[in-house]
Amino acid sequence: MNNGAGRRINGAAEEDDDEDDVNGDLDAWERTYTDERSWESLQEDESGMLRPIDNQALYHSQYRRRLRSLSSTAARIQKGLIRYLYIVIDLSRAASEMDFRPSRIAVIAKHVETFIREFFYQNPLSQVGIVTIKDGVAHCLTDIGGSPESHINALMKKLECSGDSSLQNALDLVDGYLNQIPSYGHREVLILYSALSTCDPGDIMDTIQKCRKSKIRCSVIGLAAEMFICKHLCQETGGTYSVALDESHFKELILEHAPPPPAIAEFAVANLIKMGFPQRAAEGSISICSCHKEAKVGAGYTCPRCKAHACELPTECCVCGLTLVSSPHLARSYHHLFPIAPFDEVTSSHLNNPNCKLQRNCFGCQQSLLDPGNKPGPAVVCPKCKRYFCLDCDIYIHESLHNCPGCDSLRHS
Amino acid sequence: MASAPSKLYADDVSLVVVLLDTNPFFWSSSSLSFSQFLSHVLAFLNAILTLNQLNQVVVIATGYNSCDYVFDSSSDLNRSFENGRMPVMCSSLLQKLEEFLIKDEQLSKEEPEGKIKSSLFSGSLSMALCYIQRVFRSGALHPHPRILCLQGSPDGPEQYVAIMNAIFSAQRSSVPIDSCYLGSQNSAFLQQASYITGGVHHKPQNLDGLFQYLMTIFATDLHSRSFIHLPKPVGVDFRASCFCHKNTIDMGYICSVCLSIFCKHHKKCSTCGSVFGQAQSEAASASDKKRKTPET
Repeated sequence: MNNGAGRRINGAAEEDDDEDDVNGDLDAWERTYTDERSWESLQEDESGMLRPIDNQALYHSQYRRRLRSLSSTAARIQKGLIRYLYIVIDLSRAASEMDFRPSRIAVIAKHVETFIREFFYQNPLSQVGIVTIKDGVAHCLTDIGGSPESHINALMKKLECSGDSSLQNALDLVDGYLNQIPSYGHREVLILYSALSTCDPGDIMDTIQKCRKSKIRCSVIGLAAEMFICKHLCQETGGTYSVALDESHFKELILEHAPPPPAIAEFAVANLIKMGFPQRAAEGSISICSCHKEAKVGAGYTCPRCKAHACELPTECCVCGLTLVSSPHLARSYHHLFPIAPFDEVTSSHLNNPNCKLQRNCFGCQQSLLDPGNKPGPAVVCPKCKRYFCLDCDIYIHESLHNCPGCDSLRHS
Repeated sequence: MASAPSKLYADDVSLVVVLLDTNPFFWSSSSLSFSQFLSHVLAFLNAILTLNQLNQVVVIATGYNSCDYVFDSSSDLNRSFENGRMPVMCSSLLQKLEEFLIKDEQLSKEEPEGKIKSSLFSGSLSMALCYIQRVFRSGALHPHPRILCLQGSPDGPEQYVAIMNAIFSAQRSSVPIDSCYLGSQNSAFLQQASYITGGVHHKPQNLDGLFQYLMTIFATDLHSRSFIHLPKPVGVDFRASCFCHKNTIDMGYICSVCLSIFCKHHKKCSTCGSVFGQAQSEAASASDKKRKTPET
């Protein structure tokens, strides 16, 4: 059966002509078999019958592995809550490669936008700046600031790629900017690197040592392949290096940088920061807004020190420079200070023990913990309150809610 | 249940999770008796179930020592469709509620005088959110969930962090938290919860007419709220309280390590032990930090 007949009979005409030429005489459906090998993930049970693939258990075990690696040391790790992060985007020739659909830079831009929103959601007191590398020169695209919209708008306008990439120039530029920030802030750089080389004017090892002395934590996410220089940079400065396999993996890797990383205590000096908690402007009051330079009625906040008008929080007052926040912004970070312990898996020996009285329903969502065959299914238990939870509640509680319903429902726990 | 065609799951199908405050310390000193309160609430819950055949109601009791589910209108025990009659929910709800109250009282221990007698609101709020996540997981066709808190107990400052975590999670999942405060003071937690999640907060002036307030304000589904005038959030105070004196301040000092709020300049942070103005060591961060929660 030649290519043409195969396509007509199977109707598998989704792939382009280019791909057919590249992959020889395999049809699209045949290619999925050679690439994915889905039969290798089948399992048999004791009697030789095929067991259905338990995606939920796989997902849950992946999640637990990640949780264990994050909390491998003592439960209370100090985290850097006030972060000044520079995102370095490589706009060299390599970023216009099309191995990520539609192109590497399009995928990067889309996920950087998601990342910036998630970053400001999780770290309301932190600030972000964007630096681009193009034609071997690093430019500062946006200054370090706290408004997500201004960064995203600026990024979406400038996505043309050309020239070489230069890691040293980017690091020098970022080092210069990060030396100006207050001493209590944690300095971080996230480099999204597509190229496989770097064209530097001098010795990059000196720049890496300079970054290390300035206490900047550099992390790199590569899109092409692993490079020694990136690995060395991350090891020296205490950051993480990872290479994305595909688009969903890239999204996962970049969103891992949104929660605050473990802080190295000597890096940031503890300090008292003066902040203001503005009240909402009285209904019907007219004032000139300092960010938009026009008169606004009613909405907005009044700086407690200089009584200037600000549109949204958190922000810095344009007139007197006081940081303005509201208490929910601070409360958003409190769950990092009081984390909940990971739940333990309920072992099968415990489940089969007839003396032990099992809880039949998940304490959080009341879903039955029994299999369709009335045997105990997978469950987890909180080490403090000993309540049982289903796997989905476990993921929700640890990723989003950060409260154990069992512990909070017992007064004397 | 077989999946219903999408025409049946119109915009106005709702799932209401009601958090019922059963704190005996509050009800013993309230002008409305608990039985009168229950009659208002039961009539209201029945009314919600009649508004749309697909509406669901779940009731979680918020006790003084524990919290538990007391009613779920979608469970098989509570649905009786013979002769097309309305399911009678009062008896099963009341029975389960009575069992819960007996169990809750048995868990009581001697407590020192002078403590604020608050109910375990954060626990029942967390349970409600877990239930709602289960509804979201059940597929594309599901009713629109919301949470209604009927609280009278005062705010417990030790629950601040847990309640704020729950509020942010509800905001993330777009679940509005409505609140009806039945006590005498004001509840800052309920006001903040409703404001941040986009729900409605109301403190009825006359508790004898509670059913009327519930029907006119809290019975509307989320889709119809855009056409109806509901009480606007007035004067939600987002100023913080300092940790040292618990006064409300509008300008303060924040510790850069643990974000504790102080009204005056200190040399050392009382929460995390960091000494200001010099780099702290690793040992200071691992010291015993009790789950000391701030109050707003």
